[in-house]
Amino acid sequence: MNDLAYVPIDLRQLLLAATLIVVNVALSLALRLGLARSLLVASVRMTAQLLLIGLVLAWVFALERPVPILAIALLMSGLAGVSAVQRTKRRFAGVYLDALVSVMGASFLVTGFALLGIIRVEPWFDAQYLIPLLGMVLGNVLNGISLALDRFTEGVTQQRGRVELLLSLGATRWEAAHALMSDALRVGMIPTINAMMVMGIVSLPGMMTGQILAGAAPADAVRYQIVIMFMIAAATALGAFGVVLLAYRRLFDARHRLRVDRLQRMPPSRR
Amino acid sequence: MLSDGALLDLRDGGRRVEGRWLWRGVAFALRAGERVALAGPSGSGKTLLLRVLAGLDALDEGSLTLRGTPSGLWHMPTYRSRVAYVPQRPVMVEGSVEDNLRLPFTLRAHTTRSWDRSLVRATLERLGRDDRFLAQDAVELSGGEQQLVALVRRLQLEPTVLLLDEPSASLDDDGAAALETLVDDWRGAAAERAVLWTSHRSEQVDRVSDRVVRLEASA
Repeated sequence: MNDLAYVPIDLRQLLLAATLIVVNVALSLALRLGLARSLLVASVRMTAQLLLIGLVLAWVFALERPVPILAIALLMSGLAGVSAVQRTKRRFAGVYLDALVSVMGASFLVTGFALLGIIRVEPWFDAQYLIPLLGMVLGNVLNGISLALDRFTEGVTQQRGRVELLLSLGATRWEAAHALMSDALRVGMIPTINAMMVMGIVSLPGMMTGQILAGAAPADAVRYQIVIMFMIAAATALGAFGVVLLAYRRLFDARHRLRVDRLQRMPPSRR
Repeated sequence: MLSDGALLDLRDGGRRVEGRWLWRGVAFALRAGERVALAGPSGSGKTLLLRVLAGLDALDEGSLTLRGTPSGLWHMPTYRSRVAYVPQRPVMVEGSVEDNLRLPFTLRAHTTRSWDRSLVRATLERLGRDDRFLAQDAVELSGGEQQLVALVRRLQLEPTVLLLDEPSASLDDDGAAALETLVDDWRGAAAERAVLWTSHRSEQVDRVSDRVVRLEASA
């Protein structure tokens, strides 16, 4: 027995787990799904990325200065901003900046509030708290932003007639865009609301199960989960609202005109 | 201010589409009380010109004034309340005809007005339609009937200038006559009101306009 509250996994056990992918590959080959190649690539990527981040995190956790930890946080949110845009079908000039500002603004604000105001970690930049909390918030904000952005740009395109009807009847750009914006926000929030609805009944969230596996008391793990869910909900709402507002300002100009000409449809290969 | 009586005045107007000039050097004035037809081969940019005049699209060069004030100085919702644009393909929002007719009154630009059911009833009567028409599902109407609803919806806001893009494209002869009645009634109510049409029906152009402006595709 070791001193840890959990069973560590060695390389041999890792390889054993990797054999599980044979199930997927066999299914794909038998049913000719054509997924075998992507499955293998994805497995290798996932394993390499996680092993690498394990090393990076070990290094980061040993740091006791805020600057490198914040640099990692910036890098993580930058990547989240870029990925949020890459899943959208239509883009406009400045979309990356808008997504970046929204992701960072929302996640830093909410994570900062949780670290300083709720959990009160000492010191506040302690990587053991900052990095995983920020990571979970970012993953969800990214989803919310790309869903909201996709819905908004799609709505502007599909409902151009309705928007221009309102404008030509004398609507301000805000009045003309309002329904599209609230629809985009609703779509951006749906995954979070759904997740909260069934949490603990249908799904046992990964962070909570992780803490339990690591030896935390279930009652404590559950409390962390509640805190993180509220953080995710707030950050997703903020991020989605931010990105929709910024996109609105690009696609509706100061002369109250709809600028569909600024939207560009991306070929599927670039999504 | 209105010494030459021009309501809308476009000078040296030019518009590029995908890097090439669709039209350029277009000069045109719509004066109070006028009925003008805009003619030109298809693809010459008539619709785009109407959209520019309505403030929905930008000019790439030239200037546009409404009552002597550059369009850029107008608050656009106010500008568009005066200059009404009715596109070729009418847009109906979900709901009944009445919902569609009430729609503009939900906008801040029209808070001083309220929906006048008796006025709309009288208008519909002129078109040979009764109260039941108001309860019909707007999206289910024929294209021609939607065009009439779109026009009634716009005219109840009493614009000064009306820009009509192929308004009778989907109307039969009776419908086209009803539409002309609507436009005539609206013009008759105030001396300065002016209308600009595009129409592919030459006999209609002759009937509804006092002069024709040609838009030539630029070389």
